[in-house]
Amino acid sequence: MIIAVASGKGGTGKTTVAVNLALAANSANSLFLDCDVEEPNAALFLHPTLEHRKEVGILIPQVDEAKCTACGRCAEVCQFNAIAVVGQKVLVFPELCHGCGSCTLNCPEEAITEVLNVTGVLESGPAGAIQFWQGVMDVGQAMATPIIHQLKTRSLEVQPPDGLAIIDVSPGAACPVVEAVHGADFCLMVTEPTPFGLHDLRIAVEVIRDELHIPVGIVVNREGVGDSGVDEYCAAEGVPILMRIPLDRRIAEAHSEGVPVVEALPEYRAKFITLYGRIQEEVAK
Amino acid sequence: MKQIVILSGKGGTGKTTVAAALVHLASQEASIVFADADVDAANLELVLDPTVQETHDFASGKLAVVDPELCTSCGICAQVCRYNAISSTPGESHYVVDPIACEGCAACFYQCPEDAIRLEVPVAGQWLRSDTRFGPLFHARLFAGQENSGKLVTTVKQQGRLRAADEEREFLIVDGPPGIGCPVISASAGADLALLVVEPTVSGVHDLERALATTNHFRIPSLVVINKADINPKRADEIAAFCQEQGIEVVSRILYDDVVTEAMVQGLPVTAFEDGAVTAELEHVWRHVRDWLAR
Amino acid sequence: MKIAISATASDINSPFDPRFGRGASFVFVDTETGKWETYPNTAVSASGGAGIQTAQFVAKHGVQAVVSGGFGPNAFATLNAAGIKMFVARDGTVQELVKKLKAGELQEVDAAKRTVGLRHARGGGR
Repeated sequence: MIIAVASGKGGTGKTTVAVNLALAANSANSLFLDCDVEEPNAALFLHPTLEHRKEVGILIPQVDEAKCTACGRCAEVCQFNAIAVVGQKVLVFPELCHGCGSCTLNCPEEAITEVLNVTGVLESGPAGAIQFWQGVMDVGQAMATPIIHQLKTRSLEVQPPDGLAIIDVSPGAACPVVEAVHGADFCLMVTEPTPFGLHDLRIAVEVIRDELHIPVGIVVNREGVGDSGVDEYCAAEGVPILMRIPLDRRIAEAHSEGVPVVEALPEYRAKFITLYGRIQEEVAK
Repeated sequence: MKQIVILSGKGGTGKTTVAAALVHLASQEASIVFADADVDAANLELVLDPTVQETHDFASGKLAVVDPELCTSCGICAQVCRYNAISSTPGESHYVVDPIACEGCAACFYQCPEDAIRLEVPVAGQWLRSDTRFGPLFHARLFAGQENSGKLVTTVKQQGRLRAADEEREFLIVDGPPGIGCPVISASAGADLALLVVEPTVSGVHDLERALATTNHFRIPSLVVINKADINPKRADEIAAFCQEQGIEVVSRILYDDVVTEAMVQGLPVTAFEDGAVTAELEHVWRHVRDWLAR
Repeated sequence: MKIAISATASDINSPFDPRFGRGASFVFVDTETGKWETYPNTAVSASGGAGIQTAQFVAKHGVQAVVSGGFGPNAFATLNAAGIKMFVARDGTVQELVKKLKAGELQEVDAAKRTVGLRHARGGGR
């Protein structure tokens, strides 16, 4: 079963929930994918031994000047202006390239080959019973989605998910989120009971439940200060609230030190096991 | 006109809280314009009580559409598509493009032997200009699951800039998105100063390093605010030491206070809601930013 | 010399458009004869790389120089590769700027001194 943990709003506790769910479920050979490749944090809590490392990126065009006739077809077909032809010269702009291969396919002289432009790295290794993977985008790079895509492809190839796989998703509701949750059996959405939390939750639920057709369930984090907007929304939308975590300074302090909640406050282990059970029930429906 | 962008790396550290406070405080002494560059989770409007004045469709990129009449199901489109966006519909005699997965690269369009594919320009979102009691707000809504390539962010900011220039406003305050990728790069373009709002946690420290590396990479000077500083004084000191090593000034440490959430629930910037320690710190931040920009 | 000037509309007397990549129109002028023609800039609606697209567009018209408000790094690289000189201006009409250029009053972007600014201010990612 693949469970994605998303939110919409940043800082609501996705990584906290994903990490603690993985630890509490304690499922042998379970997979953990940190797909927040711009700011991956799960390793700070799971302390994996990163044994494998692979550079990843985008395939960009390389033009063989001997074969190139500067016909301009590549520039014409490129939708992203990543390849330009002026006079007899061809320029490639790697940061704009989406790696689609269209220029390569359309060159009448077959003058283009593709080379890997490294934009990040995949790292993996064991964290106790968990097989941990993360993607880390290089600073200065723009596109997170290709790295996320390769992270998902490689990790799920190596370990087909008949067991448990948990995906820590980045904040937001755009392309990187769509890529990360793709293929999940369930998406846990972590929110805070505030206007900001509600606002962004709505958008994320719209993408994930309504457009991607992945069932969702909510974890309300930091209950205690805020309002009832999230509860009212969930009731109106028929979205199940599967866990509530109170505003608790001890949790914040443990988190700030990189200590998982289930270790700092052992009573939470049972609560996360219960969450896992509830998710399984929802998926079975 | 001076441009300030508020960033963090990590989400949820308090960018919008700080941005709203700066908007409130700055507007009391200067003519300003502000923009919410977090276009797929735009929260600034929730505490500034905007009245929408203009809405504009935002069209971006392309979407491939297969004409069922012309398609012969040869499957070449699906072969060339690298985004798994095209598949044959079981029981139907043509291929179909998944609009969410489609990257708009047009590889299929150029390869289709039947010219059965056309390229449409989808409306990916909207950008808006709203009035608030603090000045004009430029913000946007990116439609669900769309590519956040930075173009919508750039549009929002440019509109803000144009307005600021036309009316000779002194400051453009940009509430930035989390992360370090494209939307952040676009939000930061042209900024005179980046204000990085960080929390004293292992995640916050880790993400600050990457966020700072990003602003340095793009040559934008940065100042740091440590929010919720009392959650972990040791990490707060670690951040301060790191910043000192990097030659970055820590402007303020703001202590955790429920009043921030209470203000949000009331739909107000915290500085307009209370007169306590948080507001005092934010006033200090504003004065520091203002004086820094005036150098 | 044939030059291109970014303009807000399609006329020799149109106001200058300081934007290069998203400049609304370009007026192409032969500075010897004074003959001119104009074309709209299709790059205004590009999702990304508008400067690159615009640079190719002006290059196709065989200009030796272009006048605009500024040139982003990608536009610069493309124009430079095409051997096209770049001049910056602030305001005026197209006609006025032609005169200024001929009189040597416009500042040329010095390729050798060009510092790297923002690598890609507009993004273009996913």
